[in-house]
Amino acid sequence: MRFKIYRYNPEADKAPYMQDYELDLQAGDAMLLDALMMLRQQDDSLGFRKSCREGVCGSDAMNINGRNGLACITPLSSLKQPIEIRPLPGLPVIRDLIVDMTQFFKQYHSIKPYLVNNDPPPETERLQSPKDRAELDGLYECILCACCTTACPSFWWNPDKFVGPSGLLQAYRFLADTRDQDTAARLDNLEDPYRLFRCHTIMNCVDVCPKELNPTEAIGKIKDMMVKRMV
Amino acid sequence: MVNRIVTGAHYGLRDWLAQRVTAAVMAVYVSAVAGWALLQPALGYDVWTELFSGNMMRSFSLLFLLSLFYHAWIGVRDIVMDYVKPASVRLLIHVSVILALILYVIWAVQILWGL
Repeated sequence: MRFKIYRYNPEADKAPYMQDYELDLQAGDAMLLDALMMLRQQDDSLGFRKSCREGVCGSDAMNINGRNGLACITPLSSLKQPIEIRPLPGLPVIRDLIVDMTQFFKQYHSIKPYLVNNDPPPETERLQSPKDRAELDGLYECILCACCTTACPSFWWNPDKFVGPSGLLQAYRFLADTRDQDTAARLDNLEDPYRLFRCHTIMNCVDVCPKELNPTEAIGKIKDMMVKRMV
Repeated sequence: MVNRIVTGAHYGLRDWLAQRVTAAVMAVYVSAVAGWALLQPALGYDVWTELFSGNMMRSFSLLFLLSLFYHAWIGVRDIVMDYVKPASVRLLIHVSVILALILYVIWAVQILWGL
């Protein structure tokens, strides 16, 4: 099994380069992360992030054969060889496949990713009807792996101003939450030519999301809410 | 001036909505004119002059062109926002595009009403 992996150590290398690796492995049921772990046994300088190894933590997002995805849930059998692995595009590389996610999380924090409710806290919990709770399906499952945001050309051009698909999906997650009381301020925060409206419905986000979520639809719903508020 | 990331110009929704509305106006106009053209047995100078002789058609055409210009303004501005970073250069391009589009409006009126 052949691999081409992006290597860059800013302390030692002048420029990034692609390194070839070979692995004696039958694809079978193995995932790409399994292969990367074996490669690291060959070459312990190979840097990548991983944690839960079952598509829940979102640590091992990378660009696999030109497409963003999670190494731990990408079957080797689905990949054409040589398997070309690069870091997520559009973010600064710290080393090899490890990127600096600061900008991504800055945008995430900018949408206030928490419930704002000024009522006195109830004794037990803030209950929702099953119907209201169902509004959060397809939104709460986001694991913030950054596959979608780093596949978005609008984020590549304006990472400092455009919230990005992941942040906007989260923004709608709180707009859609019946327990939240900050709707007006949340919409104000996004009513800007950059923060929300840099989305041109390219839909790379929907294409790559490893959890099969639909940020474009969520963005459309935010726009609907804004229109409703205006007219 | 400190170099901070500034956002919050509250015209995102207005322009996004305007782009959709102007697109609808253009779609109606193009379909109507195309439909009309298909129904004509022969399309000569006389037929076109006849069509544009009424104030109704002239006004509808002007509405189409105004929609086109406003739509184009938002599109061009979006491209400039993505690719031109220095604020001064961007403002210069914005102003040039706006002035050009205003000239087009004057020109369109002159053509449509044969001034």
